[in-house]
Amino acid sequence: MGYKTIIEDDIDILVAGAGLGGTGAAFEARYWGKNKKIVIAEKANIDRSGAVAQGLYAINCYMGTRFGENNPEDHVRYARIDLMGMVREDLAFDMARHVDSAVHQFEEWGLPIMKNAETGTYLREGRWQIMIHGESYKPIVAEAAKNSADKVFNRVCVTHLLMDDGKDNRVAGAVGFNVRTGNYHVFKSKTVICGAGGASNIFKPRSVGEGAGRVWYAPWSSGSAYGLMIEAGAKMTQMENRIVLARFKDGYGPVGAYFLHLKTYTQNAYGDEYESKWFPELQERVGKEYLDPEASHATHRPIPTCLRNHAIISEVNAGRGPIHMVTMEAFQDPHLEEIGWHNFLGMTVGQAVLWAATDVDPKYENPELTTSEPYVMGSHATGCGAWCSGPEDVSPEEYFWGYNRMTTVEGLFGAGDAVGGTPHAFSSGSFTEGRLAAKAACKYIDDGKAEGIRVTDAQISRRKEEIYKPMEHYTVNRNEIVAGSVNPNYINPRQGLDRLQKLMDEYCGGFGVNYMTNDKLLSIGLKKMAILGEDLDKVAAEDIHELLRAWELKHRFLTSESVFQHTMFRKETRWPGYYYRGDAMKLDDDNWHVLTVSRRDPQTGEYTMEKAPLYHLVGDIEDKDLAKLKAEGHH
Amino acid sequence: MPTFVYMTRCDGCGQCVDICPSDIMHIDKTLRRAYNIEPNMCWECYSCVKACPHHAIDVRGYADFAPLGHSVRVHRDEEKGTIAWRIKFRNGKKDMELLAPITTKPWGEGHYDLANAPAPTKEVIDTELLYNEPKYVAMNDNALMTLESNGLEIKEGVYY
Repeated sequence: MGYKTIIEDDIDILVAGAGLGGTGAAFEARYWGKNKKIVIAEKANIDRSGAVAQGLYAINCYMGTRFGENNPEDHVRYARIDLMGMVREDLAFDMARHVDSAVHQFEEWGLPIMKNAETGTYLREGRWQIMIHGESYKPIVAEAAKNSADKVFNRVCVTHLLMDDGKDNRVAGAVGFNVRTGNYHVFKSKTVICGAGGASNIFKPRSVGEGAGRVWYAPWSSGSAYGLMIEAGAKMTQMENRIVLARFKDGYGPVGAYFLHLKTYTQNAYGDEYESKWFPELQERVGKEYLDPEASHATHRPIPTCLRNHAIISEVNAGRGPIHMVTMEAFQDPHLEEIGWHNFLGMTVGQAVLWAATDVDPKYENPELTTSEPYVMGSHATGCGAWCSGPEDVSPEEYFWGYNRMTTVEGLFGAGDAVGGTPHAFSSGSFTEGRLAAKAACKYIDDGKAEGIRVTDAQISRRKEEIYKPMEHYTVNRNEIVAGSVNPNYINPRQGLDRLQKLMDEYCGGFGVNYMTNDKLLSIGLKKMAILGEDLDKVAAEDIHELLRAWELKHRFLTSESVFQHTMFRKETRWPGYYYRGDAMKLDDDNWHVLTVSRRDPQTGEYTMEKAPLYHLVGDIEDKDLAKLKAEGHH
Repeated sequence: MPTFVYMTRCDGCGQCVDICPSDIMHIDKTLRRAYNIEPNMCWECYSCVKACPHHAIDVRGYADFAPLGHSVRVHRDEEKGTIAWRIKFRNGKKDMELLAPITTKPWGEGHYDLANAPAPTKEVIDTELLYNEPKYVAMNDNALMTLESNGLEIKEGVYY
């Protein structure tokens, strides 16, 4: 094919994917690497790319140390209980101690942060969330990245990482193609900071047809962070820990501001409180350490998100659905009503569109909630991602190998969804992780760790051939049929995605099976995945746009395979409400109080799984309210 | 659907093509105007709607769950630093106008020039500090927190 090869050489820091993580990396890299060459490759336009493209109405991770509100360890404790104990506490502490400086910089760049008129502090939505007018959050942050970067390659989809041909397991850049011109782009770089995002659309969505795009996480979140890193042989962690969201039905509009700021609450179809009655049985399964409603009511300790999902799922299965959000009380206050609508317009316009279309006025009607299809990501209330080194001054030996946020591939760093074990980073924490990775990447280069990288022409040509293969395959086989999309020798990317989603749903615990799976289902699913993998070698792309979809699909596939492997490995039900292992319905701290770590051999595609120890920085005892309860014998 | 384009308003300028995060706003080769080539990959994020200089792009809710006859329109103004919304219900009973700021500064101002900022010293490079730290963490002179400063220690296993 007649596409040009465009080589960008001598890059020091390549940012692959510039959402909030990648923009943080590009921004910070300029300070520590004054003379370094910083390049961004992004498949969309960085002004509106990544999960924050649409905007946000809140920054969900802000300590407020300047106002004496929280310390980093408070946030670690919060994230840990929410994730049923499974958190890289070193990374979480590190993110939390830096995150406020990111937010204060955003404010200087023009991001409107709401203020509490009485105290002068930022207006809190909840303990960790502050409210913003964030329609332009992404373009504002992108501006900072553009000021720092030497070059921004918009509309270049990175498909693979380049590896050093001289030294095993060392990164050497990345390759991809321009989704408009079709040209082949080669980025030779000493380091790569991967910020290519988590995964929507790998489990069958509840919506059908046109609405398939109304997923909770952006439809362009194609799991590329995982696809790129897994393919390069980086170790991954907690990939079983998919997240299910309880959200407004169909539109998946956010509920955080509703619960926390507007003080709305949920009830079943018959107007009854339902949550507490599911907790005694659930407590038997997960243990009092993880579910203690009494302690949660008396302290700041939250009831884990997954367990609250479990109550919704159980109540609906018992025939008392749907669950409603009680908005009719709060919305009588015109100010709160306005906030309710602004909340959608700022981050999920589609929910406002849906309520306008269905005449749902939350002032006079309590809207329906539902639990979503699962998502695989690492910055919201879950922590999928790469197994990364922590910071030197916090991390134990097993968690530290020289450079903060570096994966197990030398010179390959992660930010945002790419980094595993760091839930509750959200936008500000992802940006912060990018900054941490950037500083560490500069140090890696200055320490001479990137000397002598060699990339052969053979590797570059091999990847080129591989990238365009779906178009070649289309050209060769297209004329065997008269017209249409049914061909005996290929499937198109949409057909492949449909098959992946159905498979994930039915065998790996999607909404269609009430989030249930077991060892037998998983092993059948893995066999089918292997065959889907073979068929993806025959995916066909009619044009460059379909080529983009083909590579997004391949990244989603690699992500999904990893989710299968991890789900099979962890023989317990750690997060009821996210998914259930029918053959091991209890939480099992004796055997599984560990992080799961995997590696896919890049040569053979074989997976190896291991357990990594969990380290805890903080005990519950530092939570004074909880300590008091325990002392009084309630716990 | 998501987004669709009014035939008489679009002049084919391509602003929507340039901004769409999902790469689904393309120019029709015959009509020389934009359209949504892949509605089921549209997030209704409104990036293209906001970017269109002619308000030629609108959204009709997803056909599988949103009835016809509603409207959510927007005007984003970087110079004024505001975004204005109008929401109209299908039954005509609700017609809301909402206004919000999008920035507190003239557009593009307030950013740093890190290339020309004083270079970090070797001592700072070897710390855990990021740019503007420790000052910007708590907007005071406090040092960056560590395990030691916060009286913490790291322990393996189940104990909490």
